Amino acid sequence: MSTFYQRLTGKTNSANAAKDRLRLVLINDRSGLTALELEEIKNEILQVLSRHIEIDPATVKIQMHQDGREQRLVADIPIQTSHHRRIG
Amino acid sequence: MSAKAITITSGKGGVGKTTATANLAVALASLNQKVVCIDGDIGLRNLDVVMGLENRIVYDLVDVIEGRCRLRQAMIRDKRMPELHLIPAAQTRDKSSVSPSDMVKLVDELREENDWILLDSPAGIERGFRNAIAPADEVIVITNPEVSAVRDADRIIGLIEAEEKGPARLIINRLNPTMIKHGDMLSADDVLELLAIELLGIIPEDEAVMVSTNRGTPVALEEKNPAAKAFHNIARRLMGETVPMLEFEGHSDFLGRLSHLFKS
Repeated sequence: MSTFYQRLTGKTNSANAAKDRLRLVLINDRSGLTALELEEIKNEILQVLSRHIEIDPATVKIQMHQDGREQRLVADIPIQTSHHRRIG
Repeated sequence: MSAKAITITSGKGGVGKTTATANLAVALASLNQKVVCIDGDIGLRNLDVVMGLENRIVYDLVDVIEGRCRLRQAMIRDKRMPELHLIPAAQTRDKSSVSPSDMVKLVDELREENDWILLDSPAGIERGFRNAIAPADEVIVITNPEVSAVRDADRIIGLIEAEEKGPARLIINRLNPTMIKHGDMLSADDVLELLAIELLGIIPEDEAVMVSTNRGTPVALEEKNPAAKAFHNIARRLMGETVPMLEFEGHSDFLGRLSHLFKS
């Protein structure tokens, strides 16, 4: 996001960069998980789920959320309608 | 009378723990409070020079703990404020000469005759930090609006919670309103959103702090500079008063307002 002042002076907003970077670093620090490990957890959850239900990995959101000083792993997994089950 | 023990800590070094301890001590003493500050940084003592009391040290914290002197003998009285005392750290020893239970015992001995005991914690998360928070009734975390200081503050807040000394309150030190206005410094709101703890005060960047530290006369001895005012406000908040946060000219000038209007 840039402001009128920044466009006028051609400066970038380094405070926003600091905030975005810190947000990610703090998630990793607090949970003790690296971004790679988080990705691995996500993939394993998807593997287990797809053994039982039909899911489209592209629509799945598994993210760490901050709630005060608490960390929460929130999963939003849209389930595809299972046509063959209805027919069978 | 039973004093409240407050530990000032930060994780990262150089964010202003010692300056804040000295100035909060002076500000509380100016409200007619009896205050003892303890330098918890054994081997790297500094609270004495910041307070301008370095030439009057005879005994130190480790002398008291190892029984070479009585507690009273290690307490240096501040001539400018007779209700203010300093217990200096030992300079020739290290952190392992003191244990958390030594600190609890020492602070308990001081409680009866004082209103406030301020402990200046060393940087880091090891023994010195644990010694400093062991006797605390409350912990204040101090940080700068800067990535490494905020990251370390977050880590230390977690450790304070784990030691059941929380919730800690936050002081944001060296805030520069002009840089914030230009989008080049995290604002107090940004820092609070990231750390998610209660704000105790904001100290603006102020050259007067350096000048007064050079002379060994804490800036809060006179309530005239912005930083001094901020320290006095924090002291009043510690006393339970509701004091509004200082207003810095964040977005009040013309360009600032324009940039607000044209935000995209």
